[in-house]
Amino acid sequence: MEDQNKLLKEVTKRDYRFGFVSDIETDTIVKGLNEDVIRIISAKKEEPEFMLEFRLKAYRRWLTMKMPEWAQLKIPVIDYQDIIFYAAPTQQAKYESLNEVDPELLRTFEKLGIPLEEQKMLSGVAVDAVIDSVSVKTTFKETLAERGIIFCSFSDAVKHHPDLIQKYLGMAVPYNDNYFAALNSAVFSDGSFVYIPKGTRCPMELSTYFRINAKNTGQFERTLIIADDDSYVSYLEGCTAPMRDENQLHAAIVEIIALDRAEVKYSTVQNWYPGDKNGKGGIFNFVTKRGICKGESSKILWNQVETGSAITWKYPSCILMGDNSIAEFNSVALTNNFQQADTGTKMIHIGKNTKSTIVSKGISAGHSSNSYRGLVRVAPKAINARNYSQCDSLLLGDTCGAHTFPYIEVGNSSSIIEHEATTSKIGEDQIFYCNQRGISSEDAIGMIVNGYAREVINKLPMEFAVEAQKLLSISLEGSVG
Amino acid sequence: MAELLEKISAVDRISNIFDANQTMVGEGLPAWVNQARTPALQAFQKMGIPSFRTENYKYSDLTRLFENENFRRSFKPDLFDVDLAEVFSCDVPEFDTHLILVANGWYDEKSTNSELFPKGVIIKSLRKAMLENADLVEAYYGKLAKSNEDPLTAINTIFAQDGVFIYIPDNVQITKPLQIINILRSEDDLFVTQRNMIIAGKNSQAKIMLCDHTLTSQQFINSNITEVKIGEDAVVDIYSIQNQHNKTASFSGIYVSQDKGSTLSTNAMTLHGGIIRNNLKISLDGEHASASISGLALTDKNQHVDNYTSIEHLKPNCVSNQLYKNILDDSSTGAFTGRIHVSPYATKTAAYQRNNNVLLTDAAKMNTKPQLVIDNDDVKCSHGATVGRINDEALFYLQARGINEKEARLMLMFAFAHEVLAEVKIDKLRDVIDELVNKRLRGEVSLCHSCALDCIR
Repeated sequence: MEDQNKLLKEVTKRDYRFGFVSDIETDTIVKGLNEDVIRIISAKKEEPEFMLEFRLKAYRRWLTMKMPEWAQLKIPVIDYQDIIFYAAPTQQAKYESLNEVDPELLRTFEKLGIPLEEQKMLSGVAVDAVIDSVSVKTTFKETLAERGIIFCSFSDAVKHHPDLIQKYLGMAVPYNDNYFAALNSAVFSDGSFVYIPKGTRCPMELSTYFRINAKNTGQFERTLIIADDDSYVSYLEGCTAPMRDENQLHAAIVEIIALDRAEVKYSTVQNWYPGDKNGKGGIFNFVTKRGICKGESSKILWNQVETGSAITWKYPSCILMGDNSIAEFNSVALTNNFQQADTGTKMIHIGKNTKSTIVSKGISAGHSSNSYRGLVRVAPKAINARNYSQCDSLLLGDTCGAHTFPYIEVGNSSSIIEHEATTSKIGEDQIFYCNQRGISSEDAIGMIVNGYAREVINKLPMEFAVEAQKLLSISLEGSVG
Repeated sequence: MAELLEKISAVDRISNIFDANQTMVGEGLPAWVNQARTPALQAFQKMGIPSFRTENYKYSDLTRLFENENFRRSFKPDLFDVDLAEVFSCDVPEFDTHLILVANGWYDEKSTNSELFPKGVIIKSLRKAMLENADLVEAYYGKLAKSNEDPLTAINTIFAQDGVFIYIPDNVQITKPLQIINILRSEDDLFVTQRNMIIAGKNSQAKIMLCDHTLTSQQFINSNITEVKIGEDAVVDIYSIQNQHNKTASFSGIYVSQDKGSTLSTNAMTLHGGIIRNNLKISLDGEHASASISGLALTDKNQHVDNYTSIEHLKPNCVSNQLYKNILDDSSTGAFTGRIHVSPYATKTAAYQRNNNVLLTDAAKMNTKPQLVIDNDDVKCSHGATVGRINDEALFYLQARGINEKEARLMLMFAFAHEVLAEVKIDKLRDVIDELVNKRLRGEVSLCHSCALDCIR
C-alpha cells in the first residue's frame, strides 16, 4: 500500500512529459481564420452546400461577438490567427509498440485499470490490424447495425445521413448561441453522431474509444445525439487516462435531442493536461453542451467528472420542452494547483410537470478556483415544475477558492424550486478518526473526498465509476500536507 | 410629426440637469463634497442607467423609469410644515422614540429636540455637519458608498445636499430608538436625493428606525443613501419600514463598515411601494464582528421589490447571517441577490444566507441569485433559496380542523413571515410590525397609505 502510494505520488506529482510535439505533416492548412479557410475545411471534408452555409453564417456571426468575460476565470488572450484550424486526422502512429512508451505513463494506466488496447490508443501506439479485427469495436459495430443504430463520425453522418444532420444540427445549440459555439460551428473538425431509432434500447454503452477515428478528433469537436421515440442510450465521453493532446484551445459542442419518452444518459470524464504545478500550460476547455427534452416524458442525464484542463468553461444544460420531461445534472469538478473551473448547468423548464435535479460537488485544492454557475428558469406556462439543486464545495488548503453563483427565475406559483449550497473543509476530527484507525492522512483525504463525491460517481456507468474514484484520489495527490 | 423631436438619453438628461444646476446644488457646501460630484458623474456616465445588462441589476431594469422621468428636483430646501398629527394621528405611549423628520430629503430642524439626547450625541442635518463637523463627515463621506461601484449611488453623490447626521460618542448608549421619518409631499412629480451618515463610537449602542412615507399621490423617485460606521464593540440596529404608494420608486442604499467586535442587525420591511431597490453592503473590517440582516417584502399589483445584499468578510472570526423572504401576489415581481465574499484572510468565518419565497399567483415572478465567493478553507458557509407555494398538506391539516381555506392560507403566510419578524429586537416595534403584516396580508393596510405606524389603531 505504502509503495503503491509513493508510486502514485511520484507519477502524479511529476510534470506532464508527453509534451505538445506536433507531428502532423500531411494535409494541414495555413494558420489563421478567414472565410477562405472555412471554405477549404468544408471542401476538404466534401460537405454539401448547406454545411458550408451553416459554417459561414456562424463565422460571420462570430466576428461580431466578443469573448465572454462574465465567468470567474482569468483567461489569457487567445490569438485565433495563430491556430491551425484544419488538420486531417492522421492515422500515423507515434510509437511502434508499447515498449517505446514512457513506462511511467503505462504505470499510471495500470493504476487506472485501463485495458491494454486502450492504453495503446491513448499513448499513440499503432493499433495492430490483427488485434483490431478481433477487438470489441468490430463486434460492437455489428450489433449496433443490426438494431439500426447509427454511430459514426460526424463527417460520415454528413455524407450518409444529410437529412438527419440538416434537421437537427444547431437545434439545441444554435450557431449564434455564444462566442465559442459560433467558433465551433464555423470550424468544427469532426465528432460523433448517434441516432437511436424508435423503440430501440441501445444494448451497450456507446463510447468515443470505440469509434474508429476517435483519435485526434481535434480541438473543435462536435457531437450530435438523437434519441427517437421510446429509445434509450448511454454515451460516454472522454477517458480517465491523461490524454495526449497537441491543442491548447478546445471549443467543443454537444447537442442532444430526446424525442417522446426517449432517455439519454451522457457521461463525461475529462482529464486533460491541467498545466504544471506553477500554472503554466494546460488545455483551455470551452464547451457548450445542451440537450433538449423535446418529446413528452423524455429524459436527459448529464454526468460529469472534471479533473483536467487549465481552464474549464462548461455548462451542460437542458431545455425541458416536453411535458413530464426530466433532466438531471450530476457533476464533480476537481481543481488543483492553478486550475480554474467555471462550470454548472442551466435547466429551462418550459413543458408542464417537468422535473430537474442538480447535484454539483466542487473540490478545490492548491491555488485553484472552482465555481458553480447555474440557472433554473421556470417559464410561466411550465406549471408544476420541480427543481432541486444542491451545490457543495470542499476546500483543501487556504489558497484556493470556491464560488457559487446560482440564478433562479420562477414565473408561476405551482412550481417548487429549492437550492442549497454549502462550503466547508475536511474536518480535523474526520482525519483524526481515520488516523486512529491506522489510515494515513493522505488516504483518509482520498476516502473522504470519494465519499463526498459518491452521490455523483454512483450515477456513472460502472467501469467509469471505478476509474473516476481512483482519478479523484490521484488528482489530489500532493495537494495535502 | 412633432414626435420627431430628438430624444435625449436618460444619462445625458441627468448630466444636463447637473450641469445646469451645479452652482445651486453645491451652494453653501464645502469643497470636498462638491469635488466628489464630478467623478461620480463620470462614473455614472460610464455605468449608465441600470438595466438587465448590468449584472447587479439583472432583475431590475430601470431604463423605462429613467427614460420617462422628467421630475422636478428639489435643489433648495423644500420644507413644509409637517403636521405630526397627520403623520401620527395616533399616539402610542409605549412606543416612545426620538423623532427626526426629513421632508423631501431635507432635514427638518424643528422636529428634533436636541436637549433630550444623551450628552455628546450629535443629531443634525448632514448639511450642517459637513460644515460644523467636517472632520467626522469627511472621514467617511463617499468612502463607504462608492460611486464607481453602483450607478444609483453615483446619482446620489452627484446631487446629494442634505439628510441626517447621527454621531454617537464612545461608550454612550441611547436606549430610546431614533426614528427617522422621511416624508415625501409634493404637488408635482419629484426626484428626491437624501444622504445620511451614522457614526457609532466605540462601545456605543443605538437603535435606528427608518420610515418612508408618501403624503401625496404624485410620482416620486427617492434616492436615499446611508453610510454607517460602527466602532469597536458597538451595537447598532437598523430597522426600515417602507410603506409608500405604488407610484413611488425608492432606491435605498445602506453601506456599513464594522469594526472589531461590533454587532449590526438590520431588518427591511417592505409593505408597499412601486419599484423598490434596497442595496445593503456590509464590510466586516474587524475581527469578531457580527452582522445579522433580514428582510420581508409583501407585494401585490405591479410592484417590484429587489433586495441586494453584499457581505464582505475581510477579517477572521466574523459571523454573518441573512434571512430574506418575499410573499408575492398579483403580478408583482421580486428579486433577491445576496453575495457573501470571504477574503483569503478571513479565517474561521461563519456565513449563512437564506432566501424563501412564496408565489401566490401565476402572474407573480421571483428571481433569486444567492452567491458565495469563498477564498479561504477555514469557513462554514451555506446558502439556501426556495421558491414555492403554500404547502398543500399544511393547508389540508388546518382545513381538516375546521379552519376555512382563506383563514388557513393567511395563517400559513403569517407563520412564514413571522420568522423574519422574530428578528426585530424592539419588542414594541415587533408587535406593531406583526400587526401590520397581519393586516397587510388581509389587504387592509392598502386602505391607508400615509404612515405605516398609523395603521395599528
